[in-house]
Amino acid sequence: MRQLRSTLASWEGFLLAVLVLIYLVNALNSAVFLTVGNQINMFQLSVEKIIVALVMTFVIINGEIDLSVASVMGLAACAFGWLVQAGVPGAAAVAIALAIGFLCGAFNAFFIVWFGIPSLVVTLATMIAFRGFARILVEDRGISDFPAWFDRLGQGGFIGPVPFAMVLFAVLAVLAYLLLQRTAFGRKVYFIGANRAVAEYSGLDVKMVKAKIFIASGVVSALAGLLFAARVGAVRGDIASGFELDVITMVLLGGVSIFGGAGTMSGTILAILIVLSMRNGMALQNITGHIQTGVLGVLLILSVMVPIIRETGSRMLARTR
Amino acid sequence: MRISLGTLRIIVLLGVFAATVLFFASQIDGYLNARLFNRISGSVAVIALIAVGQAFVVLTRNIDLSIGSVVGCTAYFTGGILMAYPDLPPLLVPLLAMLIGGIFGALNGFLVARFRLPSIIVTLATLAIFRSILVQSSDGSSITTERLPVWLTSFATQNAFSIGELQMRWIVVISVVVVLVAHVFLTRFRAGRQFFAIGSNPDAAAFAGINAGRTIFLAFVISGALAGLAGFMFLSRFGNITVVAGLGLELKSVGAVVVGGVNIFGGSGNVLGVLIGAALIDVIDTSLVRWELVSEFWREAVLGLLILTAVAADTVLMRRLLKRKTDGGQQ
Repeated sequence: MRQLRSTLASWEGFLLAVLVLIYLVNALNSAVFLTVGNQINMFQLSVEKIIVALVMTFVIINGEIDLSVASVMGLAACAFGWLVQAGVPGAAAVAIALAIGFLCGAFNAFFIVWFGIPSLVVTLATMIAFRGFARILVEDRGISDFPAWFDRLGQGGFIGPVPFAMVLFAVLAVLAYLLLQRTAFGRKVYFIGANRAVAEYSGLDVKMVKAKIFIASGVVSALAGLLFAARVGAVRGDIASGFELDVITMVLLGGVSIFGGAGTMSGTILAILIVLSMRNGMALQNITGHIQTGVLGVLLILSVMVPIIRETGSRMLARTR
Repeated sequence: MRISLGTLRIIVLLGVFAATVLFFASQIDGYLNARLFNRISGSVAVIALIAVGQAFVVLTRNIDLSIGSVVGCTAYFTGGILMAYPDLPPLLVPLLAMLIGGIFGALNGFLVARFRLPSIIVTLATLAIFRSILVQSSDGSSITTERLPVWLTSFATQNAFSIGELQMRWIVVISVVVVLVAHVFLTRFRAGRQFFAIGSNPDAAAFAGINAGRTIFLAFVISGALAGLAGFMFLSRFGNITVVAGLGLELKSVGAVVVGGVNIFGGSGNVLGVLIGAALIDVIDTSLVRWELVSEFWREAVLGLLILTAVAADTVLMRRLLKRKTDGGQQ
């Protein structure tokens, strides 16, 4: 009983309550909401973002930020399109696009870890630069003649009606959870994020952990970019632009501290579900994308204010006792 | 002769700027003439204003990502008010724009200073919120040049004075005056120094009796008001305002601030550097389009790498200089 109460009082408990509420309201407002087709559609429309949100959780808990994720998505997708158009076989193009993601992550890591430049600045610059490389590759064209198996992977069902990207997200979510909460590496990620100096004095290889995380961020973003290209069936220079905001919003809403050291993978996953079901519910009510984003903005501010208000509240309660 | 690090930085920036202009002059025929200045100075004026506002915020260890949306909102609302009341005295209009921008900034400042929320989260959220306010209130319709008073749309090309063929537009003069006032305020006034104090050591600043909350609030209001003024110029330059007006200006402003040598972790920097940073970014942006060797699609890649190079060079240089300084002190 006490454990149940402490779960409910935690941030994840709060998120769960919000999620249930949103599902109830959406289900009452629209008969379509709870259908299998709509639920799959709800995930499928943002599946690339939520995959990136998993790795972004590691980045932010580690006390860093990666603003370049959406540009890496765009660059990988455009590189894939360019290679396919140049006659490279699809499988090789996929491998090269993933390698580009690796290089992008390593490039970020090089400046952040070995030069000691803040990740906010480095990834702001590479966010512009990587997007620029994507534009150099495809200029103002659109490329859409992908191999048939690639399009099928992005658009058709993989297990029953569930598409490949969603299955992949489920697998990655479990792996990310285990890696962050159940391994020594995960503990290091928290420890470095909470206090980098102490972590260094304790003999942890801070640089290596950070480099691994940024490289993982690059590879996963490239993968997400490929999935996006497969789902839409075409690439353009501005593909996936602006996605970094949505991704970061989901992670922060999940209770991950922007200062690092705190947050959980289950928080991120709950926040993903909240954001998706809210957007879907609003879309079913014919509310446009810009307004949806605005509502999510309000939600983001509230999510960082609630812990502060709760703290003040409990302090006042303690005083009256 | 002893030169302070700050002065050295300005000299280096000016050198890089001159080298960039000379480089393009050697590559593009008929590049270096008065028309170049006349064309570029207008857009530099707008970006410099936003970047100076951003510099105030960054100095206090914060960041304002909502600034592009504030420019869009003020341009739209000022245009809307002018369409409803075309007889408004012209002098009042920029003040009105600054007031609208200042209100947006105050909201950011209130959330950051009063509740001590991280500014990157707050302004990330208000970036989206302000944009959705714009979308909601515009209802898809936009401001068009024909429906604005003539004085406003011609203001952007009106000259204050001209030196030979160099035309000094009013918006350029206003922008330069704002930069100079901000520079004097930040370097010579107690209230200005407080922005540096809070950014370089918040605890020490608190012990010295500086009201951190008020100063940070003020920084956001200044940032919003200057974005408002920039929104007015934006309206005057382009006339047609849609819901995407000002999109992405936050990145350019942070870029100009960082290239201009303001420490992203607060506490040090110079708005004259920010002005040069804004000019440098804009010159490269506009000149690449005219350079025949590369297509215009290279703009973003070059801009991103430029910011990265500037910061990396700065980090290495400053570290070496500081080391030499402390080594010298020990001997």
